[in-house]
Amino acid sequence: MQRIGVFVCWCGSNIAGTVDVQAVSDALRNEPGVVFSTNYQYMCSQAGQDIIIQAVKEHNLTGIVVCSCSPRMHEATFRKTAAAAGLNPYMVEIANIREQCSWVHKDMASGTEKAIILGKAAVAKVNLNAPLTPGETPVTKRALVIGGGIAGIQTALDIADAGFPVDIVEKNPTIGGKMAQLDKTFPTLDCAACILTPKMVDVAQNDNIRIFSYSEVEDIKGFVGNFDVKIRKKARFVKEDICTGCGLCTEKCPVRKVPNEFNLGMDNRRAIYIPFAQAVPKVATIDPDACNMLKSGKCGVCSKVCTAGAIDYKQQDEILDEKYGAIVVATGFNPISMDKFDEYAYNQSKDVITSLEFERLTNAAGPTQGKLLRPSDLKHPHTIVFVQCVGSRCASCAEKGKEYCSKICCMYTAKHAMLIRDKYPDTEVYVFYIDVRTPGKNFDEFYRRAVEEYGVKYIKGMVGKVVPEGDKLKVQASDLIAGKQLHIDADLVVLAAAIEPDKSARPLATMLTASMDTNDFFTEAHPKLRPVESPTAGVFLSGACQGPKDIPETVSQASAAAAKVIGLLVKDKLTGNPCVASANEMMCNGCSTCERVCPYGAITYIDKEFRMPDRTVATRRVAQVNPAVCQGCGACTVACMSGAMDLRGFMSSQIIAEVDAICK
Amino acid sequence: MHNDNRKIADEIILRSGVNPRKCMKCGKCTATCPAFDRMEYHPHQFVYMVETGDIEPLLESKSLYTCLSCFACVDRCPRGVEPAKLVEGVRNAVIRQQGKNHMTADDVPGKLDSDLPQQAIVSAFRKYTK
Repeated sequence: MQRIGVFVCWCGSNIAGTVDVQAVSDALRNEPGVVFSTNYQYMCSQAGQDIIIQAVKEHNLTGIVVCSCSPRMHEATFRKTAAAAGLNPYMVEIANIREQCSWVHKDMASGTEKAIILGKAAVAKVNLNAPLTPGETPVTKRALVIGGGIAGIQTALDIADAGFPVDIVEKNPTIGGKMAQLDKTFPTLDCAACILTPKMVDVAQNDNIRIFSYSEVEDIKGFVGNFDVKIRKKARFVKEDICTGCGLCTEKCPVRKVPNEFNLGMDNRRAIYIPFAQAVPKVATIDPDACNMLKSGKCGVCSKVCTAGAIDYKQQDEILDEKYGAIVVATGFNPISMDKFDEYAYNQSKDVITSLEFERLTNAAGPTQGKLLRPSDLKHPHTIVFVQCVGSRCASCAEKGKEYCSKICCMYTAKHAMLIRDKYPDTEVYVFYIDVRTPGKNFDEFYRRAVEEYGVKYIKGMVGKVVPEGDKLKVQASDLIAGKQLHIDADLVVLAAAIEPDKSARPLATMLTASMDTNDFFTEAHPKLRPVESPTAGVFLSGACQGPKDIPETVSQASAAAAKVIGLLVKDKLTGNPCVASANEMMCNGCSTCERVCPYGAITYIDKEFRMPDRTVATRRVAQVNPAVCQGCGACTVACMSGAMDLRGFMSSQIIAEVDAICK
Repeated sequence: MHNDNRKIADEIILRSGVNPRKCMKCGKCTATCPAFDRMEYHPHQFVYMVETGDIEPLLESKSLYTCLSCFACVDRCPRGVEPAKLVEGVRNAVIRQQGKNHMTADDVPGKLDSDLPQQAIVSAFRKYTK
């Protein structure tokens, strides 16, 4: 028989306001097994915990029931208290009389009645609790960073600096991500390449970092501290270790008209290419969809001109099996498609462009060498209209846009407008805005400078339609302050397209069993207090994969994620969760149902010999649970038809006892 | 009087099924409105005036009858506010007060010209037969 102590918390007035805590502790004193019952203002405080420790000693308690807030909040606290008092921490049960009782009831009588019932259920469960001991698993001291943009780069550098090996998997031929495509960065206007490319070189030169470029994660198994990851290194038909990045092949390749994705299709590259001059690794890649040699076997020019002999037309995809202790997701974002915004004529005119395309147009390494020329006729545009919130804050058009604010557009548009007015003062620049959102260090000052010093015409209103007519774009818009409808003959229209998570994020989340929101942004473990961790242990979030972010925020989160990874990798062993499933071999009928439902691959079947009642030996097929892999979700216990599966800490008998106590 | 206005506004909201609180005041409806020059109050103002209960000027306004009911504002609104339905709602509110319609369906053929979009003719009949 257990000797149970009951401790009812007031939580100030959070509980005591709607629950008669004295009545609860009095009622529970009479429950079977209860030898002590009391209440206190703040059970989680040091004084409250001392009451528990004192009672355990004085009354030789074997089990503890704390009637307080949700176990998510303070179960860990009270388990530590129990351990300090010399009890097994798993002899503690929490009756949640705050979130599920006092906070949802207005009436003292019904709140008190429910609190007593919840307390009785917890007491009934503790009567059947058994001490549990968590297992330990080793930690693989290597991290995987998925995505090689500024987020992945910063995370990898910080982890590597702490002395742990890191691998970056990047699906493109080079790391650098979106930041490598940008021209200047707000609010200081330093050149993106000037601050990014040294970091890319640091990554390449760091002995602790390996870059798997042109590679994708194919499969992830395992759990925190022990992930097994399959990485597909796509064939680039160039031997990475031999190619010197001289670029001769990319000049001689006869296939000249492949749209250059780095410049967003605004110019062409060859079939063999290096995305940009500062690419890391600086290695050529052959595009198999464009290469004549790979398509028809006729060409071979690159192989002939390569003095290093790096070209290998027979190269195959390679699958690498790697082990990691922690995984950081840094898959980033893309602008959404403008195809469905017919009113802005994006698909009708080359001179309607997105802001990312504008970045390439003003970039010295871009298709126009940094001269602002409009794409259709390469003339200098004199009237430029910027449209904000294209597809952002779009609640009614899920098929077109996104409900959220994309966060970065206000600032980059101010930057673009300012840069144009600075370089080409003869240009008229209009910005149509709904709200200008500039909460960031020196952000509003920056926007005001665009208006006050550079004379950018900010107009509160929206563009209704853009109609190409001759060599002009007829822009019809509202000016809400003046109460006018404006008709502007523009030469160039720039759309601040909403941003969305990269398409690779969704399948990756499935592999990681990490949760996502309806917009496919990764969900954090807690929106305020655990913003860089996924709820899935060992998986961390860096950058725009978790929500729209500018560069300063991305870098902060990237370093925060690295700190969390370092905190994990520095441990030699991880303490597991003892509340895992186990099979009663005598009852298991070997049907494999549990194996099929287990989302973590924790269950295997073995053939085992059993002594039968008639003293013969029979071989039977029975389930075995790997406690290190089991996450204690309980799916197998529900699926098991013979009732052989049970979950430690949540045994069927305990659950039934709780239900009985509630229904009594 | 203020209470009366609120009551009429609430009835318009109920009948049109439009929730003016969804409006984020971007002005895309007004930017897209082809009848802008002929309207005293523009689509975003309709939404705002119904939201605040400033109904009387709307009931008196010719804008009710210059709205083409082309539904461009409904199509383009990023928040799904549907301003044209609200204009229709205000129009109904006027018509329900006896004899307030400013012309009849019979007057429509006399006003046709070759530039008038077919959609506008259909919607004029719909409007003035009520």
